[in-house]
Amino acid sequence: MAKAMEIEVNGKHYAVSYPADTPLLDVLRDELSLTGTKYGCGEGQCGACTVLIGGAPKRSCQIPVSAAVAKPVTTIEGLEKEAKLHPVQQAFLDAGAFQCAFCTSGMLMSSVGLLQKNANPKREEIVQSLQGNICRCGTHPRIIEAVQHAAKMMQERGR
Amino acid sequence: MSTMKERFAPEPERYEFSAAPMHQFELARRDFFKVLGAGIAVFVVAKEALPAQETAAGSRSFHNEELPKEITSWLHVGEDGVVTGFTGKAEMGQNIRTSISQTIADELRVPFESVRLVLADTTLTPFDAGTFGSRTTPTMTPQFRRVAEAARNLLIGVAAKEWNVAPEGLVAADAKVTDPTSKRSLSYAELARGKTLAQNLPAEDPITPASEWKIAGKPLPKVDGRAFVTGRHQYTSDIRLDGMLYGKVLRPPSFGATLTSYDDTAAKAMTGVTVVRDGDFIAVAAPSAHEAQKALDAIHTQWKEVPQVPSKEIFSHLKKNAEPSSNERFRRQKGSLEEGLAAAAHRIDATYNVAYIAHAPLEPRAAVAQWTDGKLAVWTGTQRPFANRDELASVFHIPESNVRVIVPDTGAAYGGKHTSDAAIEAARLARATGKPVKVVWTREEEFTWAYFRPAGVIEVSSGVTGDGKLTAWEFHNYHSGMSGIETPYDVANQLTQYHQVPLVLRSGSYRGLAATANHFARETHMDALARVAKMDSLEFRLKNLSDVRMRAVLEAAAKSCGWPRKKTQEGQGFGLACGAEKGSYVATCAEVAVDRASGSVRVVRVVEAFECGAIVNPDGLRNQVVGAIIQGLGGALFEAVEFENGHIKNPHFSAYRVPRFRDVPEIEAVLLDRKDLPSAGAGETPIMTIAPAVGNALFDATGIRLNNLPLVPNGLRAA
Ligand code: FES
Ligand code: FES
Repeated sequence: MAKAMEIEVNGKHYAVSYPADTPLLDVLRDELSLTGTKYGCGEGQCGACTVLIGGAPKRSCQIPVSAAVAKPVTTIEGLEKEAKLHPVQQAFLDAGAFQCAFCTSGMLMSSVGLLQKNANPKREEIVQSLQGNICRCGTHPRIIEAVQHAAKMMQERGR
Repeated sequence: MSTMKERFAPEPERYEFSAAPMHQFELARRDFFKVLGAGIAVFVVAKEALPAQETAAGSRSFHNEELPKEITSWLHVGEDGVVTGFTGKAEMGQNIRTSISQTIADELRVPFESVRLVLADTTLTPFDAGTFGSRTTPTMTPQFRRVAEAARNLLIGVAAKEWNVAPEGLVAADAKVTDPTSKRSLSYAELARGKTLAQNLPAEDPITPASEWKIAGKPLPKVDGRAFVTGRHQYTSDIRLDGMLYGKVLRPPSFGATLTSYDDTAAKAMTGVTVVRDGDFIAVAAPSAHEAQKALDAIHTQWKEVPQVPSKEIFSHLKKNAEPSSNERFRRQKGSLEEGLAAAAHRIDATYNVAYIAHAPLEPRAAVAQWTDGKLAVWTGTQRPFANRDELASVFHIPESNVRVIVPDTGAAYGGKHTSDAAIEAARLARATGKPVKVVWTREEEFTWAYFRPAGVIEVSSGVTGDGKLTAWEFHNYHSGMSGIETPYDVANQLTQYHQVPLVLRSGSYRGLAATANHFARETHMDALARVAKMDSLEFRLKNLSDVRMRAVLEAAAKSCGWPRKKTQEGQGFGLACGAEKGSYVATCAEVAVDRASGSVRVVRVVEAFECGAIVNPDGLRNQVVGAIIQGLGGALFEAVEFENGHIKNPHFSAYRVPRFRDVPEIEAVLLDRKDLPSAGAGETPIMTIAPAVGNALFDATGIRLNNLPLVPNGLRAA
């Protein structure tokens, strides 16, 4: 029943055996063992499952794997390059922008997506683009601080 | 719901102290060092009277060697110089892995990085009743100071023997012992090499005062932070064992529903699927989550449902169903209410209602279970690993020593993960299939089948003199609980009583327990009294308050928020509230903006002053305080579980609103560091006063007194 599909995740190509309508989230976590992407609701309401598809942040629990065939997918595991953290990861670390950290992966991916589109977002723009991401521990102020800090670091690096 | 009542007893909200029995014992030393390798070990034996909940009866095992239950923590210095601390507490975002490591490093005189902690593993760590009640810091900080100090002295002793000098002159620093006279030194690793030295230690020696802390007291970043920002940390739901199956449980359509017809033929015919029906437990296991879901959908059932109280009628239900002969231990009285009320110039009576709310931790309940030769190992995110172990042992009729519960650092709990629901489900499926099984609850299951913070009704009658002195205070809490029920204000005539009501929904602990409800009622009422006495609400509180620590937080919050604040815009309002619980003190000042036309309510700014004795890690503490304020805003403004006839009507984040970025105000946390006082816990108290502060600010803005939580689930329209 499952037809073979190929998806590209973090620069690697994978043949997927799960049915085409399986949420990308399940394929990432259960088939590819990329468990950095989290399940928080499965309903598109919490953002814990956020990944980049073709550079845009998407809720992987709402995307059937078949819809991810054409574009490259980036998960949190793909942010670190040659043992060097992505500036957004570094900024979260520097700001201590987590408590239980279960929301962190989704927050990071949404923030990376935002900064790719808008290198110097205003506070309100950060709030706007993270509005769909829930942090139950209440770390919001530090997350905003981290995104601002990351924007600065990325600009200094001239990216 | 009868099955639920039998199975689940809500956590007692009383913190009673009783002395633990005192025993001498021989450690299973050989066994200990076999597991950890040679080195130096120190065990803490709690002789002191500890809270009953911390030393509840139960056997502990260390590789099946029974260890005396008085042992509460231990420390090991290995031959490689690695320092390992062991405690049964769990990490769920409150940052204890970092703060306890700091304490150990500080006292043992080693770099922070050389300390690791083994937490919440029923085989490797000492017994612990659970991570709740803000008990980790007040119990573990002094204990680890003592073990670390003892280990340091053992190391000095080894060096003294080696050099044949008196230990008194030797100095321990930077993970080595040095003899200042001869300038010789030996590292801890060298000193531990080939040794199997152990010491038992009474948990009562003096400790280094906070003013001399070097590593503790500093804002060190979270241990393993990198594992979290790279997604490498494995939460329970991320664990995958070889051959592991995925489990799903079939839930009744409503609480208390009974099965009337059942057909699992189609599900059983599916490849790789196992269906388990055992009493009222119906579940499936399959090689993948989607196959498990398909199999579950293929089971055909019919149920008989029973009518039940709806959330719309919950408050009158609670009031009507209070148990008549309320226990005397729930009642405190002094003076004469009659006289107090007679002396009053103003009297206010009011009723406050508090809705059921859900914890909704972002990581839902999850467990991975594996059976090997009749022994069960379970990974699960719980606050009570040892209680879970005992429950599993009893459910499966095996000895406790055959069960191991391991708690990976967890995606939060807030009091909501005491029970072993997912663990039992995974273990039952794993037993049926002979393979490891993972069960991860869906968000809807978490919102429906977990337990809730109980609803409550609180009635207050009070009297105050013309110049603002409290004369009478009568306070009745129905159902929600006793935490924080006693007023901190000076009132000669008072009666406080808690009334039990049989459970309506499955209920249990929630960050702060009933202290949030009780503080909401009390502090809202105090605000109303200040108004009738025509006094500023800060001045009114201070006039009736002699507790100096409470006065200090109140004054600190007032100062930072610039109290008394003049309103400069339409719809603006300011409110104040304070409280104390579990050895820490909090005061909150909130500013709100109400748009009377649209009814929209915005919390603009919150200043919260918090004092919990000597601060172990100001960075982690700030995270906890700010987090509590934001989480508390949800219950204050809009969170409420809606139900009818045993159905939860809003079991989704789309219908159960939690605070999001746009709801977050500007927040200032003022931390008062009392180096002269023992460190108290901080996980709960900072959540207690945000609701009344906001409610009082809304009154200031609109003249509308809101006595129910949540305050404004649908905004605030013109009166
Ligand atoms: S898990 Fe996808 S949005 Fe919550
Ligand atoms: S840090 Fe726990 S949910 Fe955000």
